[in-house]
Amino acid sequence: MASVAIRDVYKSFGSVQILHGVSVGIEDGEFVTLVGPSGCGKSTLLRMIAGLEGISGGDIAIGGRVVNNVAPKERDIAMVFQNYALYPHMTVRENMAFSLMLKGAPQEERNTRVKRAAEILSLSPLLDRYPRQLSGGQRQRVAMGRAIVRDPQVFLFDEPLSNLDAKLRVQMRAEIKELHQRLKTTTIYVTHDQIEAMTMADKIVVMHDGQVEQIGPPLELYDRPDNLFVATFIGSPAMNLLKGQIGTSGFEGAGGISLPFPARPGVAPGMPVVVGLRPEHLRLSDDGFPVKVVVVEPTGSEVQLIGRTPGGEEIAANFRERHAFRPDETIRLSADPGLIHLFDGQTGKRL
Amino acid sequence: MTSIPAAAETRATSSRAPLSESKGFLSFWFMLPAAVLLLVFLTYPLGLGVWLGFTDARIGRPGIFIGLENYEYLWEDGVFWLSVFNTLLYTISASLLKFALGLWLALILNENLPIKSFFRAIVLLPWVVPTVLSAIAFWWIYDSQFSIISWALMEMGLIDHRINFLGDPTNARASVIAANVWRGIPFVAITLLAGLQTIPQSLYEAATLDGAGRWQLFRYVTLPLLTPIIAITMTFSVLFTFTDFQLIYVLTRGGPVNATHLMATLSFQRGISGGQLGEGAAIAVAMIPFLLAAILFSYFGLQRRRWQQGGGD
Repeated sequence: MASVAIRDVYKSFGSVQILHGVSVGIEDGEFVTLVGPSGCGKSTLLRMIAGLEGISGGDIAIGGRVVNNVAPKERDIAMVFQNYALYPHMTVRENMAFSLMLKGAPQEERNTRVKRAAEILSLSPLLDRYPRQLSGGQRQRVAMGRAIVRDPQVFLFDEPLSNLDAKLRVQMRAEIKELHQRLKTTTIYVTHDQIEAMTMADKIVVMHDGQVEQIGPPLELYDRPDNLFVATFIGSPAMNLLKGQIGTSGFEGAGGISLPFPARPGVAPGMPVVVGLRPEHLRLSDDGFPVKVVVVEPTGSEVQLIGRTPGGEEIAANFRERHAFRPDETIRLSADPGLIHLFDGQTGKRL
Repeated sequence: MTSIPAAAETRATSSRAPLSESKGFLSFWFMLPAAVLLLVFLTYPLGLGVWLGFTDARIGRPGIFIGLENYEYLWEDGVFWLSVFNTLLYTISASLLKFALGLWLALILNENLPIKSFFRAIVLLPWVVPTVLSAIAFWWIYDSQFSIISWALMEMGLIDHRINFLGDPTNARASVIAANVWRGIPFVAITLLAGLQTIPQSLYEAATLDGAGRWQLFRYVTLPLLTPIIAITMTFSVLFTFTDFQLIYVLTRGGPVNATHLMATLSFQRGISGGQLGEGAAIAVAMIPFLLAAILFSYFGLQRRRWQQGGGD
């Protein structure tokens, strides 16, 4: 087990710069997810940690040792690929023992370590099968088994669940988390799915356009997003954003809506702002702003509503109680002043 | 009650459907052109060849059935057995060389070379040039007076007299094998290259992280995953080489002293040039067991490996 330090790392492919100075500190035994939309550079960063891509600038240290010029196999890391990358011509047992065989480990040691990993992942009955004879979830487990057998300092996961169906994904998510709690190996997990990031990580790194937008524990990111990108990326359905300005007693938005909240330091009347409201923080209130109901989606556990403000902005709200809203009906919504997020209208930074 | 007459009516309509819409009738007509082509241009000549092998037919004379007489004659014929030996030597050594060099070339072309597609196109050239044309080029290269190889080696001071490429039995055998290898490499290289490109990059990355060096990547990832393609490519390559005719016919006509006579060229010489159609046909028929053996070998070699079976992806 080891800590991982990424210090001001740059990456260019030819003239195209992919990463623009990324710094992330990962503690020993921590589970960190790199999350962001496609093309944000998260997979590239992971591959740089693995040694599959060169580092154009800055450095990466594993366990205090700078590994910029260390060959992948010397880095003592194990990676689980999106398509699992199982050797199709080897049985599950051979797949898992491959790295030990290359290392020249004695047969006895190979057997015991494969056996142990197979038990952890309940793969024991499948050891003599070939990858083609396995289901997606089983292949995924074999890929993890191959990583566990090596007992590496760091596990790297590159979108490991994106080839699985929704139900299996939820199940494997829990299995990976449980595995980490059991082995306590430092884990770096890349995903584009913010739910995966939220549910699994000790710490989330939100990336966008080759830069880190925010680093923090899942709930901190959820409760105090640093900027508009993180605010909309984390949480589902996404946070509602209303553009407007600061009035005398709070927020004044398009279509004459207003949201009163006490004065905040650094926020002067007339300042252009964006207000962020989580759908589940909206509640019905007679003195709230008017919203015209567009679509009502009852899911059983809650009622999801999509409506439109007088200014034409779309707004989503979730209610735990069962309301019988009808389309085109006008309801009034407001939010607890403490749960209103405020962002600078120009820079998008949190105020 | 109502359903029974309805069903009967449906049956009646279907039996009254025009013949042109019947599935069997249509499929017969769709298959007919291919079947006719195969029968006229493949089955008939093959059958005729086998039949001629049992007759004493000459050019201009139909011949009569003489049983196995042609084969009995060939059994005693030293030149025939020499041609069998030559054919096996030619096929085995040329195929091995084509495999080794073709695989090597494919591996190089699979790397990220700067002008990869240009090199790939270049590699195909020997395959694209008509065999007779390239054979004539080799004829000049191997010419006893004007050989560019002799000239170059003499200029470099490596040899002091011209090499007698096609006049000496051993040299002639090596020369025709070299020409065949030159011509056959593109097929092997391009086919294996196609096979190499089906191997996912992530397997190499996974193996690299598992600690494999370059040789181990080849030994444990490339080679096993390429085996099915190698089997099919080499089967075709062996069949092409075994039945080769044009190169030998242009370069040596089987000489010197029959040292490069293959079964195909001997068959042509005896059957067409010599007019002994029956005997020529018998030699050609004698190739069939060898070709069948090669096909059977690949049939069993090509059977899907156990790891290829099972559910799809």
